Amino acid sequence: MAYKIIASQCTACSACEAECPNAAISVKKGVYFIDPVTCTECVGHFDDAQCAAVCPVEGTCVPDPAHPRSA
Amino acid sequence: MMFDAEQLPETGEGQAKPLNDLLQKIAASKGCETKAGPGKSGCGSTGTESTLPPEIWEKVKNHPCYSEQAHHHFARMHVAVAPACNIQCNYCNRKYDCANESRPGVVSERLTPEQAAKKVFAVASTIPQMTVLGIAGPGDPLANPEKTFKTFELVAQTAPDIKLCVSTNGLMLPKLIDRLCQYNIDHVTITINMVDPEVGAKIYPWIFYEHKRYTGVEAARILSENQLRGLEMLTERGILCKINSVMIPGVNDAHLVEVNKAVKARGAFLHNIMPLISAPEHGTVFGLNGQRGPTAQELKALQDACEGDMNMMRHCRQCRADAVGLLGEDRSDEFTTEKVMAMEIDYDLEARKAYQAKVEAERDATQAAKADELAKLAGENSDIAIQIAVATKGNGRVNEHFGHATEFQIYEVSTAGAKFIGHRRVDLYCQGGFGDDDKLETVIRAINDCAAVFVARIGTCPKEGLHKAGIDPVDRFAHEYIEQSALAYFKEYLEKVQAGGIVHVARGDADIRQGAFTAV
Repeated sequence: MAYKIIASQCTACSACEAECPNAAISVKKGVYFIDPVTCTECVGHFDDAQCAAVCPVEGTCVPDPAHPRSA
Repeated sequence: MMFDAEQLPETGEGQAKPLNDLLQKIAASKGCETKAGPGKSGCGSTGTESTLPPEIWEKVKNHPCYSEQAHHHFARMHVAVAPACNIQCNYCNRKYDCANESRPGVVSERLTPEQAAKKVFAVASTIPQMTVLGIAGPGDPLANPEKTFKTFELVAQTAPDIKLCVSTNGLMLPKLIDRLCQYNIDHVTITINMVDPEVGAKIYPWIFYEHKRYTGVEAARILSENQLRGLEMLTERGILCKINSVMIPGVNDAHLVEVNKAVKARGAFLHNIMPLISAPEHGTVFGLNGQRGPTAQELKALQDACEGDMNMMRHCRQCRADAVGLLGEDRSDEFTTEKVMAMEIDYDLEARKAYQAKVEAERDATQAAKADELAKLAGENSDIAIQIAVATKGNGRVNEHFGHATEFQIYEVSTAGAKFIGHRRVDLYCQGGFGDDDKLETVIRAINDCAAVFVARIGTCPKEGLHKAGIDPVDRFAHEYIEQSALAYFKEYLEKVQAGGIVHVARGDADIRQGAFTAV
């Protein structure tokens, strides 16, 4: 289970990085990237995925179909 | 003047004593004005004769954003260390970032706190009249608290004379107020566009607060509660607070009178009502749905309606989150990260103080000249008021060539005095392709509500064009003080009207330009 950031739309505002409870987000090639192994979609921490809730560009931080929720 | 905060509407009970003290001081002085003598002067443009209490004057006298007079002489800079935001506004699109664009929320480079501190020292050494460092985004400084506070800490260590400011949406103010106070911050600006969540829902699609995204009226209610509580907490702590409001015709224009009352009751020092900047190419919700901004006279009417006993800021240039220089100029190109990192910097506090003392003396001289000229109007009594556009490079003088002006400062003159009421940008659109003839038309549209335009020099062609448009081009006050010249011109104007030489006619409205800024 993981979220992903669509690089072409990321403004690199850094808002998601500060909110991630797993420190799964870092800069890669000038934009932000979510490590799918570390990301938990905030389950156990918060009701909503924090990165998606704070992202200022709609449809940019989304569930990653390559890493679906297992449950 | 007796003024008891307990009699004020909308102020909570049990406020700390400093709040009452400050409210009394602000009310007693009615803040600031533009007509006082040397050594005392004002911030907004209320036009009252009163002066500021010394301790408040100390805080605003060299702050260009809090003192209209100071903005002719002192410079500010913003550092873009705070890219993240915690709310979405319909007039903002964070994806748009053009180097030729001048409006809030836009920057070309983002800085680390260490890069920002070095840039501050570089600018302070090059521009000794730079007295203020603000953090205004491009997101919200309090949504990036570690970066914001680290920058303040680094700057304060080396440059203790620089005033530190933040400009915030206010959502996190109550939670971060104690940390904010640790950095000796004297000035905080909160952008408050509404006090009614129903209005707010039309401006803010969502906020992110306590780990959750809120939308609609609920989002606006949470935002408004935090903004007003934050303002009260700042006032209680003796921090001067400016309120920025974006005037959005048909959405919050009439409502801003209520906002003005609410922030005044909570001790705000200055209210800055700014025109909405909205064009389709900005890609904002308002830009795309055709929401227009106000005209110059619509903006002025609202500012006048709110003026009463509240200071109104009319000299705001709605600058970028990385602006450098006097308000109305942008020298950020001289201080890119690459250039700053290559600079040898020697921060000389004494040299800065000496230079600033000279600037103070120049400012006092402009005020003395204005007072002398006003005395000559003492016997006059007339209902006539005219507006004059001025081409200036700063220092309170008519010192810019008509053709080089990227903005005109606008003064309203009557027998009551000369009052700065705003500015009009006239730079060319960054899309390009406009020739000189088009530029003259742009200028005329921008200053169409003025009877005259003061310039250091002007060519024959634009002179004729201005005459045809009914605007008097005036170059005989070249390099003189603006306000003194405006009063002298007005005295002659009145005499001509009285002698039947000219007929006074009310001028029309003018445009506030919306396009992107082209640095010249």
